Amino acid sequence: MKAFQKKQLPHSGDGIFDVEKIRQDFPILRERVHGKPLVYLDNGATSQKPQAVIDAISRYYQSENSNIHRGVHYLSEQATASYENAREKIRQFINAKSEQEIIFVRGTTEAINLVAQSYGRTFLKEGDEIVISAMEHHSNIVPWQILCGQIGARLRIIPINHDGEFVLDEYRRLLNEKTKLVSITHVSNALGSIVPVREAVRIAHERGVPVLLDGAQAVPHLKVDVQEIGCDFYAFSGHKVFGPTGVGVLYGKAELLDAMPPYQGGGDMISLVTFEKTHYNVLPYKFEAGTPNIAGGIGLGAAIDYLNGLDWDQVSDHEKDLLSYATDELSAIERLKIIGKAKEKAGVLSFVFEHIHAHDVGTILDQEGVAVRAGHHCAMPVMQRFGVPATARASFALYNTREEIDALVKGIHRVLRVFG
Amino acid sequence: MSELDELYQEVILDHNKSPRNFREMGNANRKSEGYNPLCGDHVTVYIHFIGGIIHDISFKGSGCAISKASASMMTTELKGKSEAEAEELFDDVHKMLTGDVDVEDSGFDRLGKLKILSGVCKFPARVKCASLAWHTVNAALKGVDEVASTE
Repeated sequence: MKAFQKKQLPHSGDGIFDVEKIRQDFPILRERVHGKPLVYLDNGATSQKPQAVIDAISRYYQSENSNIHRGVHYLSEQATASYENAREKIRQFINAKSEQEIIFVRGTTEAINLVAQSYGRTFLKEGDEIVISAMEHHSNIVPWQILCGQIGARLRIIPINHDGEFVLDEYRRLLNEKTKLVSITHVSNALGSIVPVREAVRIAHERGVPVLLDGAQAVPHLKVDVQEIGCDFYAFSGHKVFGPTGVGVLYGKAELLDAMPPYQGGGDMISLVTFEKTHYNVLPYKFEAGTPNIAGGIGLGAAIDYLNGLDWDQVSDHEKDLLSYATDELSAIERLKIIGKAKEKAGVLSFVFEHIHAHDVGTILDQEGVAVRAGHHCAMPVMQRFGVPATARASFALYNTREEIDALVKGIHRVLRVFG
Repeated sequence: MSELDELYQEVILDHNKSPRNFREMGNANRKSEGYNPLCGDHVTVYIHFIGGIIHDISFKGSGCAISKASASMMTTELKGKSEAEAEELFDDVHKMLTGDVDVEDSGFDRLGKLKILSGVCKFPARVKCASLAWHTVNAALKGVDEVASTE
């Protein structure tokens, strides 16, 4: 993966990633939980926010709050400029060709539902097949099941191997003349496996099949270039990439978005309304009915500014070090089994004990100040694939440290003491 | 005793390790499935119900220590009880788990050994684990033919 813009950073001393300096940018990391320092290892669920994002949201409400694309007054122009400026930052961030291809949505879930209902109901028909993988989040399963129920299409599932890896040969085998859409994750939220998306897109395009990528877990860890990947749609959430909740992005190729009908009707998505007929607005506004999450969009723009101020090669090395350190440390614990051993992984370590349920692990770790996710991670088919009801999942972000992994390990030893 | 030690007491760990009445029941005439979508805990309760009395009760399923121990203790307490008695007990258990009451109050004597689960109320995220089996029995006794859920 390519590095973010390379520039000399405020955070890096001698080219060494200064994680302690980074941590100072995230006020919540100074909190204590049950009398212990917070060790936040639930970044796959949501990431923490740097002060710059919190400030951008406050600033908007304190001095710019106004509705966008409407008023001729000063504040509305300011708010519109800030919001549209955020769209441009997002365009650059994922290297889309045009701002028209950046649709603001509530999050990844809404982005996928938009494609299912707008693209799916228009261009797919009875008997067509939609291909997803066995390690999708529920948000990349259920919208397609709903669509299949509406139009009589069929969902096909690409199996994963025992290490939790996407198997290109299995994928190739599933594609046929009935395949009309591929929708797969870029990074698995439950396992951390990185899917070879460029190759997957190339294979689908050989058959003229468009591809949607669920990038919710990829964007915080990998540099994403949608033109380089070649995907037709790319979805991600703001809150997992250090921005606020309630805002996310659907990237779509302009020619596809142009051909799609609106997802929702309302204000801002029209150019002319009479009771006889409505003319829709141009891209991207055609898909943005109603007053959007203006503060959220601006906050996401601030998060991207923050990331652009980091050296992504250093971030990437730091995260790789965390994952490999955590993998080594946890592997050494007796009776602990790691679920998901893909060669290419990002940010996630799922584990189970045969004799201890993940929920109990989560409660005891919480008492040590360590926040992990315990459960099925909204990926129940993944749990079924590995024959476990749930896993405990530690998921890392750029501000985590080896010391925090030591705290996790210490917490796990307490779990083992309780359960003998 | 720390809150954590209170939650995971020896008796609870023992019921988790060797759950009582952990079996399917061939002659059950009441059966219900319970499910906690939050964590994936899943329990099936079997009841042999004759003349208004829970003649026999058992359970199967998978879940955390709290849900398993709670289900196990529940089966030992409910055996031989009438539907009305079971409902009263369910009501008391619910109050205990949500922390509304002092279980040492004499009005809660019938909770008996179940009082050991009172530590759960300090862990709001775990209340559903402890109450899942009880919701499921409730559904089974009412003959509700759908999956009980804690949501």
